[in-house]
Amino acid sequence: MLMKLATDFMGWIDKRLPVTDAWNKHLAQYPAPKNFNFWYFFGSLAMLVLVNQIVTGIWLTMNYEPSGAGAFASVEYIMRDVDFGWLLRYMHSTGASAFFVVVYMHMMRGLMYGSYQKPRELLWIFGMLIFLVLMAEAFMGYLLPWGNMSYWGAQVIISLFGAVPIIGDDLTLWIRGDYVISGATLNRFFALHVIAMPLVLVVLVFLHILALHEVGSNNPEGVDIKKPKGSVKPEELSKFTFHKQYSDKYDIVDAVPFHPYYSVKDIMGVAGFLFLFCWVMFFAPEGGGYFMEAPNFTPANGLKTPEHIAPVWYFGPFYTILRVVPDKLLGAVAMFGAIVMLFALPWFDRGVVKSVRYRSKLHLVNLIQFAICFVVLGALGTMPATPTANLIGVIASFGYFGFFIALWFYSKNENTKPVPERIAD
Amino acid sequence: MSNVPVNNGRRRFLTAATAVVGGAGVVGAAVPFIASWNPSARAKAAGAPVEVNIGKLQPGQLIRAEWRGKPVYVVRRSEQTVSNLAKHDDQLRDPNSEKAQQPVYATNAYRSIKPEFLVALGVCTHLGCAPTHHAGDFDQFVEGVPNGFFCPCHGSKFDMAGRVFQGVPAPLNLVVPEHSYINDDTLLIGVAQGDA
Repeated sequence: MLMKLATDFMGWIDKRLPVTDAWNKHLAQYPAPKNFNFWYFFGSLAMLVLVNQIVTGIWLTMNYEPSGAGAFASVEYIMRDVDFGWLLRYMHSTGASAFFVVVYMHMMRGLMYGSYQKPRELLWIFGMLIFLVLMAEAFMGYLLPWGNMSYWGAQVIISLFGAVPIIGDDLTLWIRGDYVISGATLNRFFALHVIAMPLVLVVLVFLHILALHEVGSNNPEGVDIKKPKGSVKPEELSKFTFHKQYSDKYDIVDAVPFHPYYSVKDIMGVAGFLFLFCWVMFFAPEGGGYFMEAPNFTPANGLKTPEHIAPVWYFGPFYTILRVVPDKLLGAVAMFGAIVMLFALPWFDRGVVKSVRYRSKLHLVNLIQFAICFVVLGALGTMPATPTANLIGVIASFGYFGFFIALWFYSKNENTKPVPERIAD
Repeated sequence: MSNVPVNNGRRRFLTAATAVVGGAGVVGAAVPFIASWNPSARAKAAGAPVEVNIGKLQPGQLIRAEWRGKPVYVVRRSEQTVSNLAKHDDQLRDPNSEKAQQPVYATNAYRSIKPEFLVALGVCTHLGCAPTHHAGDFDQFVEGVPNGFFCPCHGSKFDMAGRVFQGVPAPLNLVVPEHSYINDDTLLIGVAQGDA
């Protein structure tokens, strides 16, 4: 009786909005390669963190006061007087760092298994746009507590735009809305941080997933699970039912439906992730001064520069690239160039073999040196600039850019291994 | 549906014309959104140029003005002090003011418009403390240089043109703000010479 009522209700809905169809197309009958490994946790974890940021962010705005006079005190108020305010804020601040951890892992996965290669270029570009918006979102969010590192960090980053020839000074004035960073700057960053950027982020994530489901998920072997229609013997087809959008066009092999197979797997990832996340949140919410920097526990003061201005750790790699170039304008160009290179990655890689498992030793070495350089650049970004650090930074920057240049040269005629037709059991 | 033959050229023209007019509308509508990011009238008023009366300033004397929340030092340098400026170039980081810490019209040996008057922000380029003016007893910090600025926070030293000495934490010369003279007795801080 109750069952029939539910079926009838869904029937009524489905005639008016394709809910069941969308559920099947994107979850219950979405063909996902059967060999996803550890690295495939990070996409769904990024979604989890996004939800965490949005929900805790909404709650924080309920007590936060976006003004030069009130911001710092209102954050103290949230920490001390609001019931569970400390938890909401630590969920949000730990979430910010966690977001970059999972996104960097997610990107590394894409590099390892060639998930940016044809036909997934647009999927990769949407991902990069998400990364870019995420950096803007994090940068603006870091100004909001109005601590002294908030202030001087913003000062350094905004003054980068002053390196633009001719219009530089007017541009920084326009961004700040005042002759110094002031309440005017704080208020506009607040508006962008809580409304504009999150809206863009959610739309981009939607497009990222839509583009993923159009081209299909890659996998650690880099083998396509969609074969031309009629090319596979019926007994070798995947035994599961997939949505006709996929199965009408292709013969699908070596796949399982995303739900329940990977929804259950991802719950395991979520559990593991939350262990680490909660440990940091409860026992080390300041992340040893890397998630929340010491000068940020004193209010913003335009007349007192912190001893050593460092960005939050997740900007480290790009900050180091900026800093090792002795010229201000060229430094800014190099920094933005580092991100442009990532955008253009699908065109730097001229190879056809996707997974590092079947590519040349040279590619493996190049990938490892890139990962090492990225970590080294990140570490240097949080340290004071000394001549030694600078030298290492220059070397690591060459390693970073060199990855792309070398890839372009060797990928055309790379000595790859034969790629299997199917994913082995 | 009418049976009049379709004039494709006219359709294309109308489509393009509509797009252009619509585009102009979008650009026009964007103006208030972009312009509202400029400093507001209140911010502009708070950052307005500041007039300073320098008529009664004695040689060797320093007065402080406030401009955009920062202290501005105005010093009347004696002829002796001005002529001494060239004597310790080898002890300075940037004796010729090559780093853009001053407007073009103050990029000279005195770092000022008139050799007599120094106008500089009283903000140490290291960590933003206020350097102290030492008239006559600066040689306790730098031998043979009678006048200068000494930052009490971390010991940075500057000469009477705001140029930083070597071997101190401050990396750059003191900032010379945009300034100009309304007449011989009145200095205007915040407006470039020639723009007033």
